[in-house]
Amino acid sequence: MNVIIGLKRKLAALAFLVLLSSASISVASESVKLDSAPIDLRNAASLQSGAKIFVNYCLNCHPASMMRYNRLRDLGLTEEQIRENLLFSADKVGEMMNVGLMRKDAKESFGAAPPDLSVIARSRGGDWLYTYLRAFYRASDSVTGWNNLLFERVAMPHALWTLSGQAVLEVREFKTEEDAIAAKLQTRSFSIVETSGEGDGKRYLLKTTRVSTPGIQSAAQYDSAVGDLVNYLVWMAEPDQLFRKHVGIVVLFVLLVLLVLFRALYKNFWKDVH
Amino acid sequence: MAATQKEPVNISCVGPLNGMASGLITWIDQRFPLMENWRSHLSEYYAPKNFNFWYYFGVLSMLALVLQIVTGIFLTMHYKPEATLAFASVEYIMREVPFGWLVRYMHSTGASAFFIVVYLHMFRGLLYGSYRKPRELLWIFGVVIYLCMMGEAFFGYLLPWGQMSFWGAQVIVNLFSTIPLIGPDLSLWIRGDYVVSDATLNRFFAFHVIAIPLALLGLVAAHILALHEVGSNNPDGIEIKENKDAQGRPLDGIPFFPYYVVKDMYGAVVFLIVFAIILFFMPEMGGYFLEHNNFIPADPLKTPAHIAPVWYFTPYYSILRAVPPMFNSQFPGVAAMGAATMILFLLPWLDRSPVKSIRYKGPVFKWALAVFVASFLVLGYLGTVPTNEWGQFGDWMFRAERATVAARFLTAIYFLFFLLMPWYSQVDKTKPEPKRVTP
Repeated sequence: MNVIIGLKRKLAALAFLVLLSSASISVASESVKLDSAPIDLRNAASLQSGAKIFVNYCLNCHPASMMRYNRLRDLGLTEEQIRENLLFSADKVGEMMNVGLMRKDAKESFGAAPPDLSVIARSRGGDWLYTYLRAFYRASDSVTGWNNLLFERVAMPHALWTLSGQAVLEVREFKTEEDAIAAKLQTRSFSIVETSGEGDGKRYLLKTTRVSTPGIQSAAQYDSAVGDLVNYLVWMAEPDQLFRKHVGIVVLFVLLVLLVLFRALYKNFWKDVH
Repeated sequence: MAATQKEPVNISCVGPLNGMASGLITWIDQRFPLMENWRSHLSEYYAPKNFNFWYYFGVLSMLALVLQIVTGIFLTMHYKPEATLAFASVEYIMREVPFGWLVRYMHSTGASAFFIVVYLHMFRGLLYGSYRKPRELLWIFGVVIYLCMMGEAFFGYLLPWGQMSFWGAQVIVNLFSTIPLIGPDLSLWIRGDYVVSDATLNRFFAFHVIAIPLALLGLVAAHILALHEVGSNNPDGIEIKENKDAQGRPLDGIPFFPYYVVKDMYGAVVFLIVFAIILFFMPEMGGYFLEHNNFIPADPLKTPAHIAPVWYFTPYYSILRAVPPMFNSQFPGVAAMGAATMILFLLPWLDRSPVKSIRYKGPVFKWALAVFVASFLVLGYLGTVPTNEWGQFGDWMFRAERATVAARFLTAIYFLFFLLMPWYSQVDKTKPEPKRVTP
């Protein structure tokens, strides 16, 4: 047995080294640090508010064709409430969240059809969406008049601009990376550090956005609204995810009972094996 | 009238049911070799009594296969193998079919779990020399099962029709087009179209739900029949059939039923607990079991920046990428990848050690195995990341990508483990095997 234990130790050490090296590498390659989205799927008020923003602002161009309106009952809404307040693009609560905008027309207007948002939170992740929706700024050189700090030259215009107001890009130059990162830590909104030039002319550019024309909401209110929206998107990507965890706890409990029984059975049968 | 010559069966059951049950079994037994099979495969199949942790993974592989087949049947009831409907039908299962999410996650997590237990089962074979004479054919059936599983996983991965499904299939089918002369026609024949399309989806569905599962079931039956013909190996790598009692029963063997049945039931519950934790609380496994990009519907016009297969293929994908193109052809990489799996067939004849089990093998084999396993794991990791992940070497190494150089080195180790085995397994200092099994 010592041999096997020795081999196990060797393998464990090697596996540990592998894990260690892969962990440090993935950190090094992560150049953009996303803002963390306030996801709380138990917060019905936040999810309802997110659903309202979603149907009012997103569902004009983006479909969520795998999501039924009446599924919103899971958020504590009645069919009556859904019909009265949220049903704009369909006639019946049993219908899918489709949009009137034809894909062909959308392609003509934006250059690309707006993607379906049913499972967008599963491909992009909540943090990415939360950062992205707070990183739009005015750009005179783009077709829509908007650009995005996280998604350079995105085809989508800033749909929530009446809430957030209009931001402009701010670029500050630094000679050293340390200074740029120190200044980055003090910025309130999402920011990135890029480099330009070579050799002595190398500069570190801190890019961030600043609201120049305020919207209906303050910066804090807007962050909270986007937080609700992203919370809703994360919920919509898998409406059964909380239920899944509840079922999981029950299943694990049953399996643990079986574990005790089967272990006793096994030990009892094996008493006479020497 | 051979059937009537069989003795009446007397099963030890309490109460009035005893007579009825025995009568029924006798009735069946006179028409079907029920008790004969029960005895030869369960109640009088003698397995070594010293099985350890590693010996759970055979039965767990069978459990994983059954889980895949049962959940697969239910998925087929709702899934649409059609390019414009496939993606949405998977989401329909996830949202609208009662407990559809559970069935789908069992299937997607089950695929990874199947590969995990099979990899551990194969590693057990390497540890204790389970491929050695007289178990060569048993090992070969196992390798064929492994190859079928790879095909099954590849065909199944296209079905959700996400971006990774589409582009993964595109890349892998294109591998066949690198084969000299017949390549382009072969890949066209596999796809049924010039690109991966509805025709491809439909035929992959057919392969995934019927062709390969049928082959798998037959091969698993052959694998078990071969096992029961030669008997199980054990952590000591000695034959328990060499020491028998007066009735001809191996002294170190115990009947599979009930001993290993109850032990494996316990092992199965432990497996199911781990399985349930992943299934219910982290079904995506951080993007390794369900990839983030696969939640975007397949788009033939948008190539993802980074295409990687699911984790269980990544060691071979690394080997593919490690081999540079030669004579303007990518075929050498494809050939190396194919050779990396085919070389497993030769294992029974490469190992020339006088002992089977690692317990009695010398330090050379132990180090060779440890380095091989580490190489396989690192190759697997490298297959999940872009080749520029570790940056580049300086001018002294011609600015080569570090990860590519590492993959080349590890690919060489992978093959050397097998190719040098006839030599190092013979020169290694082995210890004498015991006469009887040790605990």
